[in-house]
Amino acid sequence: MFDLDRWQEIWYTIKHNKSRSVMTAFGVFWGMFMLVCMVGAGSALKNGMESTIDGFATNSCFVYDQQTTEPYKGFKKGRNWSIQNEDIPLLQQGVPEIQYLAPVLFGGQGANNVVRKDKSGTFNIKGNYPSYNKIEENKLIYGRYINDIDIAEKRKTCVIGERVSEVLFGKNVNPVGQNVKVMGIYFQVIGVARSISQVNLGGRGEESVVLPFTTMQQAFNMGNKVHFIAATAIPGVRVKVIEEKINQILKKQHNIAPTDKAAIGGFNIEEQFTMFLYLGIGIAVLIWIVGAGTLFAGGIGVSNIMLVTVRERTKEIGIRRALGATPRTIIRQIISESIVLTLIAGIAGLMLGVGLLSLVGMVLSQSDSFFQEPQISFAVAIVSLVILLVIGILAGLVPANRAMTIKPIEAIREE
Amino acid sequence: MITLRDVNKTYYTEATSLHVLKGIDLHIEQGDYVSIMGASGSGKSTLLNILGILDNYDTGDYYLNNKLIKDLSETQAAAYRNEMIGFVFQSFNLINFKNAMENVALPLYYKNISRKKRNAIALEYLDRMGLKDWAYHLPNEMSGGQKQRVAIARAIISQPKILLADEPTGALDSQTTEEVMQLLGELNQTGITTIIVTHEKAVADETRKVIHIKDGLIQNIQHN
Ligand SMILES: Nc1ncnc2c1ncn2[C@@H]1O[C@H](COP(=O)(O)OP(=O)(O)OP(=O)(O)O)[C@@H](O)[C@H]1O
Ligand SMILES: [Mg+2]
Repeated sequence: MFDLDRWQEIWYTIKHNKSRSVMTAFGVFWGMFMLVCMVGAGSALKNGMESTIDGFATNSCFVYDQQTTEPYKGFKKGRNWSIQNEDIPLLQQGVPEIQYLAPVLFGGQGANNVVRKDKSGTFNIKGNYPSYNKIEENKLIYGRYINDIDIAEKRKTCVIGERVSEVLFGKNVNPVGQNVKVMGIYFQVIGVARSISQVNLGGRGEESVVLPFTTMQQAFNMGNKVHFIAATAIPGVRVKVIEEKINQILKKQHNIAPTDKAAIGGFNIEEQFTMFLYLGIGIAVLIWIVGAGTLFAGGIGVSNIMLVTVRERTKEIGIRRALGATPRTIIRQIISESIVLTLIAGIAGLMLGVGLLSLVGMVLSQSDSFFQEPQISFAVAIVSLVILLVIGILAGLVPANRAMTIKPIEAIREE
Repeated sequence: MITLRDVNKTYYTEATSLHVLKGIDLHIEQGDYVSIMGASGSGKSTLLNILGILDNYDTGDYYLNNKLIKDLSETQAAAYRNEMIGFVFQSFNLINFKNAMENVALPLYYKNISRKKRNAIALEYLDRMGLKDWAYHLPNEMSGGQKQRVAIARAIISQPKILLADEPTGALDSQTTEEVMQLLGELNQTGITTIIVTHEKAVADETRKVIHIKDGLIQNIQHN
């Protein structure tokens, strides 16, 4: 039942008692503003977190060799061992839950290890399989990534990071087909990569040169050593499961005590990510509790001040009653006033908050901040409006009840 | 129109009780022009408020237009007030943030008459009161006489059967008192039963009957 005239009367009463209305509504305005700001900050944190991890397989783990810490089968503790090429097919067969498996090599860090004509730089050298791009995803600006033929034929090809390309070839130059000297050996550039994720294994992707794993092993006399194994789990399998199975097989293969906890190093991105995720959820929940609390306090403020003003308005209400207003119309008027005030104040707070967020967002987008795109979603805005409506109704109940008990005679009686 | 039978009213406060109306019997015909006089505290306002269904009484019967006015719900009482009764008070009781026109139109708002229509009617009534030029002024921009005329316009806009006025000239000088009484007289001529509480003999003299109240009882009724 929408009665335009009724709302006009209510709006009129609000408009002609400006300072009272502003005072009443300020708490809700502030509460809403705070809620929007906090939700926006929370989303910025979440966006920042997500863009950091974006492009990096969160269902992945990394395993590498360390010294043994327990004697086993006649071997002393403190023994150096290493993961080897032969382990890879064993792992692939032994752990069917593995989705992608990629052995990784890291190269020497000598100064100016990458040279092209008169230009040179110090960069990270990595030996990868094509499958590694499924774990730590790269965007190819030029050319392509390492492929199976590079691996099989041990081609002297390389994918260079964006920064590497800039240093050796200059900006906006396509270096594909050119040669660069990596630690004394010429490799042909087949691609320029930009890593999507901000998480990079073995140094920043922009400053890395990726060689085919097999080529690197052979060219630099690394035998059949593997520095790192990266693996992802098939959907629905916890990474912990494949991590444990990989460790088991490696221990068996290399005569490491099953109880030796330190002989195999590793980290589990899924666990880190889950922690991140819970942290994010925790922050979001906290924000909503605090924000809703502030908003609720604003609602209490509306209720309180309206209660006071109802007392002040005894005469007005009494006159209205004498002229034929029923208790119901008075209740309706007070609650409607409450709703209108809360909604207007809330929407004002919402808009100011959104405005501030987009301003901050503009500033942030120009900087390299961890915070990104502070925003509140449309759904959040709608939900807050519904909450406001409920607060408005609830806040109006007590003062409306008080107003209802005002008898016309009380107002009319001369002091 | 109005019949009271042995109406009693006692005010109770925490410590004391005050028997204000001690058995009022009264009959007022439709179209009558009546004033009520009596010492301060004799119960005049109390009686008028009961007549206006602003207050209730303890015992006795009050018939308004042949309807027993007793134990009404607030909603019923509001409806009767809106339809049957117009009020005029000593202190005008205008709503201070509404202009003259909107004050006059307010009873029609509670009759669900549209804003446009009720404002037009209000302007008409203000014109009759000679206040057309003041329609858009707030009460605090007007003189006492003007305010009282606005209040009278508001009291009669819903065409009530009865006009109840509690010391309508109490806050006015003799000149404006004269004007207001003229107005009330004219209204009574149109058939509205008019009851005025007053302390002023000059005011009472203009009415047809004067009811003298003393100590909560009607002492005598004087016919002019
Ligand atoms: N709500 C109330 N509670 C207690 N006592 C009241 C109340 N209203 C009025 N009285 C008392 O009842 C008595 C009659 O009051 P009333 O207002 O009817 O007098 P009145 O004849 O109108 O007087 P005045 O000429 O001064 O206006 C007074 O003594 C007054 O103090
Ligand atoms: Mg009185």
